[in-house]
Amino acid sequence: MKILVAVKRVIDYNVKPRVKSDGSGVDLANVKMAMNPFDEIAVEEAVRLKEAGVASEVVVVSAGTAQSQEVLRTALAMGADRAVLVESDVELQPLAVAKLLAGVAARENPQLVLLGKQAIDNDAGQTGQKLAALLGWPQATFAFKTEVDGQQLLVTREIDGGLERVALDLPAVVTTDLRLNTPRYVTLPNIMKAKKKPLDTLNPETLGVDVAPRLKVLEVTEPPARKGGVMVPDVAALIEKLRNEAKVI
Amino acid sequence: MTILVIAEHDNASLKRATLNAVTAAAAAGNDIHLLVAGHGAAAVAEQAAKVAGVAEVLVADAPEYAHGLPENLAALVVSLASSYTHVIAASTAVGKNFMPRVAALLDSAQISDVVAFKAPDVFVRPIYAGNALATVQSSDAIKVITIRPTAFDAAATGSAAAPTRAVASAPAFDKARFVGQELTKSSRPELAAANIVVSGGRGMQNGDNFKLLDALADKLGAAVGASRAAVDAGFVPNDYQVGQTGKIVAPQLYIAVGISGAIQHLAGMKDSKVIVAINKDSEAPIFQVADYGLNADLFEAVPALTSALD
Repeated sequence: MKILVAVKRVIDYNVKPRVKSDGSGVDLANVKMAMNPFDEIAVEEAVRLKEAGVASEVVVVSAGTAQSQEVLRTALAMGADRAVLVESDVELQPLAVAKLLAGVAARENPQLVLLGKQAIDNDAGQTGQKLAALLGWPQATFAFKTEVDGQQLLVTREIDGGLERVALDLPAVVTTDLRLNTPRYVTLPNIMKAKKKPLDTLNPETLGVDVAPRLKVLEVTEPPARKGGVMVPDVAALIEKLRNEAKVI
Repeated sequence: MTILVIAEHDNASLKRATLNAVTAAAAAGNDIHLLVAGHGAAAVAEQAAKVAGVAEVLVADAPEYAHGLPENLAALVVSLASSYTHVIAASTAVGKNFMPRVAALLDSAQISDVVAFKAPDVFVRPIYAGNALATVQSSDAIKVITIRPTAFDAAATGSAAAPTRAVASAPAFDKARFVGQELTKSSRPELAAANIVVSGGRGMQNGDNFKLLDALADKLGAAVGASRAAVDAGFVPNDYQVGQTGKIVAPQLYIAVGISGAIQHLAGMKDSKVIVAINKDSEAPIFQVADYGLNADLFEAVPALTSALD
């Protein structure tokens, strides 16, 4: 089974984003970037399926600027076999990314596509589901556990209030949630090896996809700041405040 | 402007988030239709008809809609969508699952997690874990929108019943099958809808210690939540998680216990009316957003708080 994993280069999750003073967006100049954490979980899951002998090849794909090569190299160092970059300098919105991934899937014919459930920059949470719809494939979002059973994939999903199990015919699209696995750290020897793994570059035109943004961003602002409160000395003082000042208990 | 809102339910009762979605829809226009897709869900259709502001209830009753599988639900919504300017659902686990599928099939750029409508085609949504708010304009003929339930009041219920119309099912998709579900049994209120939430973080040290929070929550009639750190450490299940990648809550009172206040946690609770933080680290960032901070050992403070509420 061949697995395609989509990864995105985003602001590092430890960095506090700053809104640009002109309201045009978030300042990403000289900010530490990294692989979207949920995509890391997707790469890890694919590599584990390969190590378990279920997957024969793991191909990672990213859509974005030339700098997205960094996260593809990280995925290769984690154990993916080869990488594809769909290079574009345009701001790629989820619908465009889903179309690009559908184009790559048509060339690669994977049995399974794994992606993170959301990217921590735009927090849209759309790409996997849109990809599944464009391909006409079944989907399982928010995966907690995956088991391959012949031509069928059993996925346990995180839902509000608990877990749900679905069975999908392959090929299918799965998006990963936090508890699916803990991604491995990449080691220096693997980083060196990853440099020799193949990385092909495509562009949206080759795939016949119009990537022009469909949503126009009018303004990006800071959310209203929360006023700092007061420190209370003890439990009794806290209860007094909650009862008589805030009146919430 | 005719708006289609997709109801969320378990074939027995309408979920509260649907009421928030109806209120959001009213910001786009006043001709609101509510779709109930389910199996044996007549009771839900009845409740849906009594939601204030709903002009008509559409009912699709078929076995393939019994478990809200996204492939079938999306196909149904797409078959109905051409009559509407907006398709709206709450940004819950269900809405997040099927709505992007609807958007892709309509070639529409979905707007996720909308917190305000500035015009029928201009929306505000949080990005970067709520560290920024983006105002976006959609030019798509059918706007596909998920709304953040905590940003909109629940529509009133109990008004005169709106008319109900049966709609045809879309062709069933057989490549995905529902196998089963395990729901956490709890007598406490649902996390996303609770008036009071008590949450624990890494400072709880282990899952067993969450019993301290359970006891406090029972006194207050509160739901119990957790930070991502506590979920990552395996203390509690993922559906406890409050934050950017978990649930977004905005209760009257949020009590953060042993939670440092990482960006991604604050994203899930900073719209709470009153925030209390209990932490033994006086430098914890959670104190910067808390209305009342108590710099104390939670293993002493929480039991003291619980017993003082007797």
